[in-house]
Amino acid sequence: MFDDFLARYAYWLTTVLMVIGLYGMLGKRNLMKKLIGMNIFQSAIILFFIAGSVKEGATVPIIQGGHHEAIDVAAYANPLPHVLMLTAIVVSVAITGVALAFLIAMYKRHGSLEEPTILGDMQ
Amino acid sequence: MVPLLGAFLASVLGWYRAKLAYTVTLASVGFSLAASVTVLVDVLRNGDVQYRLGGWAPPIGIEVAIDPLSAFVAVVVTAVALIVLVPSRQLMANELPAGGGGPYASVVLLLMAGLTGIIITGDLFNLFVFLEIASLAAYALVAVGGGKATVSGFRYLILGTIGGSFYLLGVGLIYFMTGTLNMADAARLLPEVQNTTTIVAAVVLITTGLGLKMALFPLHQWLPDAYAYAPSAVSALIAPIVTKVYAYALIRMYLSVFPPSYITDVLPISTVLVILGMTGIVFGSVMAFAQQDIRRMLAYSSISQLAFIALGIGLANSLALIGAVLHIMNHAVMKACLFLAVGSIRRQAGTASIPQLAGLGRRMPLTMGAFTVGALSMIGVPPSSGFFSKWYLIQGGIDASNWAAVAVILISSLLTAVYFFKVLEKIYFGIPEHSQNEAVNEAPAILVIPTWVFAIAMVALGVVNAFVVSGILDKAIGPNWGI
Repeated sequence: MFDDFLARYAYWLTTVLMVIGLYGMLGKRNLMKKLIGMNIFQSAIILFFIAGSVKEGATVPIIQGGHHEAIDVAAYANPLPHVLMLTAIVVSVAITGVALAFLIAMYKRHGSLEEPTILGDMQ
Repeated sequence: MVPLLGAFLASVLGWYRAKLAYTVTLASVGFSLAASVTVLVDVLRNGDVQYRLGGWAPPIGIEVAIDPLSAFVAVVVTAVALIVLVPSRQLMANELPAGGGGPYASVVLLLMAGLTGIIITGDLFNLFVFLEIASLAAYALVAVGGGKATVSGFRYLILGTIGGSFYLLGVGLIYFMTGTLNMADAARLLPEVQNTTTIVAAVVLITTGLGLKMALFPLHQWLPDAYAYAPSAVSALIAPIVTKVYAYALIRMYLSVFPPSYITDVLPISTVLVILGMTGIVFGSVMAFAQQDIRRMLAYSSISQLAFIALGIGLANSLALIGAVLHIMNHAVMKACLFLAVGSIRRQAGTASIPQLAGLGRRMPLTMGAFTVGALSMIGVPPSSGFFSKWYLIQGGIDASNWAAVAVILISSLLTAVYFFKVLEKIYFGIPEHSQNEAVNEAPAILVIPTWVFAIAMVALGVVNAFVVSGILDKAIGPNWGI
């Protein structure tokens, strides 16, 4: 049981992070904390992709010389998941930016980022 | 692929020349529409179109794949968006700060780029990127309304991001199991690993994620506020097409990524969709009846109509799926008409509260006439298009021997009639309390004409629906899909 946990510690870690993020997004009353939860959640997914594509003893996927020789697949890390995560980081930065803009607009109007206060203010 | 380029180019132009922004928007969406129609004709004649971005062969490079289904949805989405955008300048004028036209137009174009991207892409990760582009644009458009709209926009953003992230996780699991992100390639490799827990988790995550985005009951909480508080031009644009495109993405997943037996035999996903669909239809209709604000009423009615689409997917046979896709088109046209009419009402009468609409039937006969046609189509009165999608859904229900679904569809027509007649009764027979609506005039032609275009389209699409089904959807779905 414990060995199983140790062998997959990266996945356990990302799962815990994901749950923390999800709790932050859904359970917290403060909108800023919701946004932080969202960022934790997205980082967890990025770590999950990276953890899933680990290869023991592999190196950077830069292939020396011509590409006609057969390539030892085990010797190079797969670049695709990493590239995908770069895109995912860009997406998450964009979302965070838009969310922060909303938060600023809300704070200017209501003077608070606590959800109950804002909802009370709107009534 | 061409609409995308046009949209991005125009969005850049829109930043620099705010005055021209609306013209540029119209031109590029019109261009998208023309391109979609060309591609649809081409696909119907010569079979599926594949385009390799950057010249890389599909399993490695990103592929654009267009089959009759995606071409059809692309035509519907761009056509509806084009007509809705015609009066958007007049509708937005009262609701935007000065100088907001340029950014508004470019966000609209980003939304269109994202949506067309979702429709035509053949790559799982690419779909995620477009999903987030479209969603981000939609959050921003909702929040443009200010005040309450910003709060509902933020909620929409949080829930939408959860949906997108779930989808991304599911794609990650598929990638780890199959080593590919290409839809066709994944579909080829998935049956070998279909019984592993990883793929089961992937299917569940993707379904939940897209379900959140398409506001499938009970994941709909963000929708009523977002539609009700967004500016009229925005809800007229977002309500008809955005959730429909996400519904299309869900259909695309089941149709061309996961093995067909998957959602019926291996996992009870189709049963879950049917049950959620039936609950959602009834819930949406009942909630719609309880609303005092006409925009909230239309939003709950959207939830109910989206549940129809989910029900059609869940019944998992060709007839029901044709009904679902037909409903994507019909509901887009109907909701665009109704939200445009509500936009005109807000502009002219300054209210959207149902009790205050009394007597407007005489003051704004043309707008209210179109609203009535829309309402009748929502109920499913025969010559209108709304009748035919329900007709196919009912046939699908009979085919699947799911009598509960048939009963729910029939009852829902009754419920829809109840909540729309509540409004129509107020509009035509209600007696205004004070002389508040005396001074209200008919909306200008630029608002009335697009509304009527949709109203006429509803009847026309109802009349030609046999052609649409036999000419396009039969090819898109095939007679033997599902069970």
